[in-house]
Amino acid sequence: MIALFLILLPLIGGLATFFAKSNSGAKNISLFVSLLTLLLVIAGISGIFGSSLNFYDSAWITPLGARFTIGLDGMSKMLCLLTAISFPVVFGVVYNNKYPQPASFFGLMLLLQTGLMGVFMATDCLLFYFFWELALIPAYFLCSIWGGDKRIKVTFKFFIYTFIGSLLMLVGILYIYFKTPDHSFALTSFYKIKLSAAEENFAFLLFFIAFAIKMPVFPFHTWQPDTYEQAPTPVTMILSGVMVKMGLFAVLRWLVPVFPAASTHFSHIIILLSVIGMVYASLIAIRQDDLKRLIAYSSIAHIGLMCAAIFSAQQIGIEGVMIQMFNHGINVIGLWIVAEVIETQLGTRKLSELGGLASKAPALAIILVVMALANIALPLTNAFVGEFMMFNGLFRYNVWMAAVAGISIILAAVYTLNMIQKIFYGETTVVTDGAIDLAMGTKIILVVLVVLVLALGIYPQPILQLTSDTVAAVFSKFHS
Amino acid sequence: MNAIILSAAFGVVMMLCSFLIKNKSNFRHIASVALLILLIGNIADTYGYTFFAIDTHGMLQFNRFGLLFNSIAIGSTLLYVLLTGKEIENAGMHVAEYFTLILFVLCGVTLLSAYNNLLTLFLGIEIMSIPLYILTGSDKRNMKSNEAALKYFLMGSFSTGLMLMGIALTYGGTGTFSLEVVRNAPNMYKGLVSFLEILGLLFLLVSMAFKVSAAPFHFWTPDVYDGAPSVFTSFMATIVKAAGFIAFIKLCAVRMAETESVVDWKMIYAIIIVATLLVGNITAVFQQSVKRMLAYSSIAQAGFMLFTLISLNDMAYEGILLYSAAYSLATIGIFAVLVKMKDYTFDGYNGLAKTQPVLAATNTVFLLSLSGIPLTAGFFAKYYMLAAVVKTGNYTWLVITGVLFAAVSVYYYFRVIQAMYFKEGNAETTTIVPSFKYGLIALAAIIILLGIFPTLLLRWLYF
Repeated sequence: MIALFLILLPLIGGLATFFAKSNSGAKNISLFVSLLTLLLVIAGISGIFGSSLNFYDSAWITPLGARFTIGLDGMSKMLCLLTAISFPVVFGVVYNNKYPQPASFFGLMLLLQTGLMGVFMATDCLLFYFFWELALIPAYFLCSIWGGDKRIKVTFKFFIYTFIGSLLMLVGILYIYFKTPDHSFALTSFYKIKLSAAEENFAFLLFFIAFAIKMPVFPFHTWQPDTYEQAPTPVTMILSGVMVKMGLFAVLRWLVPVFPAASTHFSHIIILLSVIGMVYASLIAIRQDDLKRLIAYSSIAHIGLMCAAIFSAQQIGIEGVMIQMFNHGINVIGLWIVAEVIETQLGTRKLSELGGLASKAPALAIILVVMALANIALPLTNAFVGEFMMFNGLFRYNVWMAAVAGISIILAAVYTLNMIQKIFYGETTVVTDGAIDLAMGTKIILVVLVVLVLALGIYPQPILQLTSDTVAAVFSKFHS
Repeated sequence: MNAIILSAAFGVVMMLCSFLIKNKSNFRHIASVALLILLIGNIADTYGYTFFAIDTHGMLQFNRFGLLFNSIAIGSTLLYVLLTGKEIENAGMHVAEYFTLILFVLCGVTLLSAYNNLLTLFLGIEIMSIPLYILTGSDKRNMKSNEAALKYFLMGSFSTGLMLMGIALTYGGTGTFSLEVVRNAPNMYKGLVSFLEILGLLFLLVSMAFKVSAAPFHFWTPDVYDGAPSVFTSFMATIVKAAGFIAFIKLCAVRMAETESVVDWKMIYAIIIVATLLVGNITAVFQQSVKRMLAYSSIAQAGFMLFTLISLNDMAYEGILLYSAAYSLATIGIFAVLVKMKDYTFDGYNGLAKTQPVLAATNTVFLLSLSGIPLTAGFFAKYYMLAAVVKTGNYTWLVITGVLFAAVSVYYYFRVIQAMYFKEGNAETTTIVPSFKYGLIALAAIIILLGIFPTLLLRWLYF
């Protein structure tokens, strides 16, 4: 039942928000609903009401063999937790912002959460596809209505890209569906299929393109920097913090275990693409003057490492991916919050126009430095553990790949430190002269995130334990 | 049988009403009631209550599939009349005649869903087409409407000629007009497939492709759909077109399938499908007028419906019914909004979400359904079409081509959404009454409901 409510709560809350009369009404409803969802996820993870509540199954389209089956396993719990943390954080940060048509804005945000929760919990492939698309539609409207100047064109590119991927995945789903022994969309039936090598490779590619576009992996990444730049920052937080995890999640749940042989077959090329993407994105990030684009490219580099680590087929690598999926979400949202604060306060995101903020806003500076150091995976921060494990896995797979990928660590340090330097140190500029420090609410939210960064950096065991079942399952499939 | 007789009878009644009743606005209420009775009659027929026992000597054959299609067609027409009846009144002078013609078209539709003989096929196609020629030209003072009607009539007659030629040739080849040929019966060729028959079937294929506007026989469609009064385009592009498909599929499933050993029909279908998808989708991208875009989109959607010809299995039959319903409902909805717009270009929709939020929201649902986004009926329609082909195990390349073109279709459908929601402007509409809004909301609700539970419709095939 908890699983069902995790979908129903944001859905009903979202629909209710559409009818909210006032700005504060919409904000309060959505904040309340998202906090309630967070509590529910925590209840689900802790299992205080019994773990049987974490699964829900009912008939849906019986003639097709599709059922409404959702459940929380280790990886789902972790990602639902990330989703449930992200939304109240985002709502909290934008609490004082004014949006035109606030009811629609917050309503769509909650519908987006519905889609995301559904994707992470569905264990029926048709249902998964449903939620996969449902997460896209609110995101499309959010970016297109409240985004920047070039929003319509950019968001449309994003939509078409992901939609092509989804449709190819749909063909793949159908292909597998007719190969299942009992003509069912259930995850367990998908795991049982027997395919010839050629069939498996074909179906693998249909799925992989969809996920590769979503993550995004080089060379399918071109929609991403533009979309992150043009989307309203709260939506960008969700897109990069949570939505990209859809791709990684889908690889771990629907791709690798269903097509283990093809995954091994293609691993070399995929890792190569990921590593190229890491270095390439890091190089571009160095040249960026726009804070949002910089974070966007840095995000591509991080996702590339996670994708490579999955296909390295090492247990330690996959464990690292689990940790990093959560931590990247936290870190990147933290970075976006700082970007949002700077933009709303100073009206610019250009690094060249900023400077000397440290003296004006010391709290902001400290927090950004922590987040930035987490972004380059310094020890003691949460990202260190994950990246270390992922590099370890990659190293075991192929030394040279790991070596080239390692360059991106150095490059990450270059662009991140450069960013800190340009924003916070040096002379104050005309723009930053009147800057003031963080508001209390934002400060509290950021401090919570910083605590999470440090806590998980020192003691990552909870996430490892939470996801150990999924890691074991994926790993065993790889070597079966 | 009920639907055929009743629709013809109501058509005559409507015609009489035209000089018995003076008040124009009564006609659409009479038509709505007539359609409702027609729907009930057809559902009664589905459950074995046939009011008219007529022996057709096997020229008509009623089955669940055809009768369910009738229900979909009549139901969609009912919704169409309820939503846009007001606009039909404004289309021209002779209001009652328009409803009469619509009822006659339905008579043709119901014949087509039950034909079992090439003569009844011809009869159905003609009964369906001739009223349409008139409806297309109903805006008498408009040159475009006249041009469209003449063009449609000439092209239509030509394809009818081809069809007759085809029927004659197959008759020559098999010695029977019956759809199913008993190959061991004593005929001229004693069970062999003759050259005459193949030639005849090719002619039939061309004329049917013309009727459903499949490439390369689609050239009439954009001009006719654009020129005809928008209300009638809505009817032509949906119910009539779907009926054409039902007839086409039956012909292919029986006649072409029998001669599969001689001609690789499926390859011909595949070529037609790819051509149709290509022409429809790519040309729709470049349109500036929403109405013309919808004309090309109807070609593109036809490409998807033609997938049935490749698969021809249970799933395909279920799929074509769902597709007919989903496509008809969504297109009727879009046209219902279109006729209220003052400017038919994409720019004419700019800012509709601000001035008419209900129209914009429901129109979005219809457009999402046509693009095949989940949670709308259009998704499952496409799903069944694709799944039926994948099920056959062949033609996976065709499925992939299909989905890539579906992605192209998103481009032009979403342009309307972009105009309504994201662009600044002051979209002008004629006056909108609340009941129209409720109608649109109901239509959108049906589409979403079918998008979650497609079996709500399909279960009627079996129960």
